[in-house]
Amino acid sequence: MNTMLAWLHAPWPWYVAGPLIGLMVPLMLWIGNRSFGISSNLRHICAITQPRVVEVDFFHYDWREHNWSLVFALGAVLGGFLAGIVFANPEPIALSVAALTMFSYWNVPIGEGFLPPVLFDFTWMSMVVMLTGGVLVGFGTRYAAGCTSGHAITGLSTLQPQSMLAVLGIFSGGLLAAHFITPHLFSLLW
Amino acid sequence: MRLLPYLLAGLVFGFVMIKSEAASWYRIMEMFHFQSFHMFGIMASAIATGLTGVLLLKRYGRILTLDGEPIVIPSKAPGRINYIVGGFIFGLGWGVIGLCPGPIFSLVGMGSIGALIALAGALHGTWLYGCVKNRLPH
Repeated sequence: MNTMLAWLHAPWPWYVAGPLIGLMVPLMLWIGNRSFGISSNLRHICAITQPRVVEVDFFHYDWREHNWSLVFALGAVLGGFLAGIVFANPEPIALSVAALTMFSYWNVPIGEGFLPPVLFDFTWMSMVVMLTGGVLVGFGTRYAAGCTSGHAITGLSTLQPQSMLAVLGIFSGGLLAAHFITPHLFSLLW
Repeated sequence: MRLLPYLLAGLVFGFVMIKSEAASWYRIMEMFHFQSFHMFGIMASAIATGLTGVLLLKRYGRILTLDGEPIVIPSKAPGRINYIVGGFIFGLGWGVIGLCPGPIFSLVGMGSIGALIALAGALHGTWLYGCVKNRLPH
């Protein structure tokens, strides 16, 4: 029982986490011919909350047909609560030495959470960064019709050429931002 | 009842996002700087597992869904530019805020303020795309 509890609290190695994520692809097909992915829920939430007076075509559809997807996202929220609050990891994140060196060079302290506190300390600068980053994530995932789960995992697992293109785009954008934008942001934020 | 399996699948997914630390900004920066195998191991083993699972489903063609339907693998819509450019724009955001949509949802469950702000941004970005969709190349 204690080992079980210790396991639920500890972070999981890649060879446990990866296969569990990959299993989502055949699992969602087996449950009901669904394609595993999460970002389309951003569209469904827009469709639900769309005010009657504006009516954008892209959000004009019966989102109730996608309630399975919204329920999946709700499950992800609950899973986050269980993993991050109920079975929280008491230890600081075990990053590689190279990463730790880089973060100290960037002047980013390793806090307790999953995000550096400086990114959401409610200074206008951090708000602008998080909101703009979020807008890019929302815009980009819809333009590409999927995110890491829908393209990198589902798309590549089912050998779809469109997903290969999306993954190339995602990693080019990510590399560019992580190497040439993010390091400089922190000198502005502090 | 019909929706319960999706809730459970989502719960496992959200749990793994946190336990694997794929939802950590630090891990994503570490990945983009090739400083650890962790995230690459997750992606590679996830794809290998997904690929094997899908092949098995195809091979044993008599497997039906829970609703008793034959399994059909949905294909992505045709297009080229939208996948590359959309992916690139998403990647730019991911490389800054270190959060992709899966982790955003699971971190919201943890009560993360940062993830809530990112979610607000992502919803606005999605809305913006819906407004300009017809003027973009796909």
